Amino acid sequence: MRQKRAVLALKTLLWIGALAPGAYLVSEFLTGSLGANPVEKLTRWTGMAALVLLITSLAVSPARRLTGWNPLIKLRRPLGLFAFFYAGIHFVIWFAFYNVFDLGYMWADIIERRFVTAGMAAFVVMLPLAATSTQWAIRKLKKRWGLLHRGAYLAGILGVVHYFWLVKADTRLPWVFAIVLAALLAFRLPQLQRTKP
Amino acid sequence: MIIRRKPDISSSEITPEGVYLNRRTFVKKAAAAGVIGSALGPQALAGATPRQEIHPRFATLSSEMDEPLNSYEEITTYNNFYEFGTRKSDPAENSGAFNPRPWKVQIGGLVNKPGDYELDDILSGITMEDRVYRLRCVEAWSMVIPWYGFPLSALINKVEPQPSARYIEMKTIVRPDEMPGQRFPILDWPYIEGLRMDEAMHPLTILATGVYGMDLPNQNGAPLRLVVPWKYGFKGVKSIQSINFVEEMPVNTWQVQNANEYGFFANVNPDVSHPRWSQARETRLPGFRKDFETMMFNGYTDQVQHLYAGMDLARWK
Repeated sequence: MRQKRAVLALKTLLWIGALAPGAYLVSEFLTGSLGANPVEKLTRWTGMAALVLLITSLAVSPARRLTGWNPLIKLRRPLGLFAFFYAGIHFVIWFAFYNVFDLGYMWADIIERRFVTAGMAAFVVMLPLAATSTQWAIRKLKKRWGLLHRGAYLAGILGVVHYFWLVKADTRLPWVFAIVLAALLAFRLPQLQRTKP
Repeated sequence: MIIRRKPDISSSEITPEGVYLNRRTFVKKAAAAGVIGSALGPQALAGATPRQEIHPRFATLSSEMDEPLNSYEEITTYNNFYEFGTRKSDPAENSGAFNPRPWKVQIGGLVNKPGDYELDDILSGITMEDRVYRLRCVEAWSMVIPWYGFPLSALINKVEPQPSARYIEMKTIVRPDEMPGQRFPILDWPYIEGLRMDEAMHPLTILATGVYGMDLPNQNGAPLRLVVPWKYGFKGVKSIQSINFVEEMPVNTWQVQNANEYGFFANVNPDVSHPRWSQARETRLPGFRKDFETMMFNGYTDQVQHLYAGMDLARWK
């Protein structure tokens, strides 16, 4: 009973935290406070939210092992889906405003610019993960589900690379993400190797 | 060539401004303000309200292509000035401690009258004027800005360059105590930019001391900055501490940072892509859509193309 309540509290915090950037952006939009370059602000915030949530979702399993508290795993799916949610908005903003709904512009952007290539690849990797996030899919795919969902690490790596290639000079924050991601991978790799499907 | 921009549904139209705006946009804004204006929090305009009231002459001022001016708030809260931080909001937020007066400009190199010139002495006897220019950032956004300043040629003539001076090199001041961005080696400080002498002497090239007829706020490069409207915005070195007349082409900061991306000339050119984005289109702020067709030399082709006759602009980018 106490455990259930703790999980519920954590989930509530997660929902509040994950929805906060979106709520902030909506309120800034409605009050006309997005600044001189509204689209840039929307793009940066949604990209940042997606990356933070994705990497947080990758931290769930290590945290579960370190604490030995298994119910933590219940946070992983909502974190991953919220990451996908922001990545999707990020994608739509880019398509709608930067590429003005033009598929030709979009394609040129993807193949000509490596930071877009990496970002697009991260999003594409996330698509099947989001699509197979249901209990039904987990049952159906059995062992293959675990293998497929290792794609979350790939998406994380691509996301960080996207960020690195995007910034002009100030790579401090991309480095923070890279180091956190590397630490998570280092923690998980021995375990993943042991449980080869 | 007159290019009229379709008015977007832009955030400015739903953003009441604390400043007086161009008459055309003012009418639209006033209409929109009635609908959404009451939701605006007081924090939105913090730091962006000019100290003096904007002179009425700006109500009717527009570019030579009849483009409306960006608002004072837009121009002074969205800046690339890494000396104060790398986010666009950083310069407005972190430049409060910067002290632009008194100010001296060191002039040296191949000139007959080198020396440390007081800014007030430089400005005495010089006629200041409003210059409405498009500012095209290499990041593919643009604004229309009413600078206040004077042609760089006026200063150059004053100090008498020698015939061997083929380029000028300009540096931003280094004051890590007042410029928090300089406490990290994000760029190789000081920020260095340069121009070929004919570019520097071109009548469109100005040194600005103000915007909207008032002194430049610190975040815009107080007290003195370069504006070269047919080049990408990063050429416009801010808070200029020194001007050096040299024989060799200076190596500007962004070339040191990444030689693949930014060249010395950096003329606005829709046909030469930046490795990370196309330069064919731009977002005219505060609009949302990147659907404004970028113009060769940022629309100043007639005035400046002779400077580059015979040059391969894809190579000299």
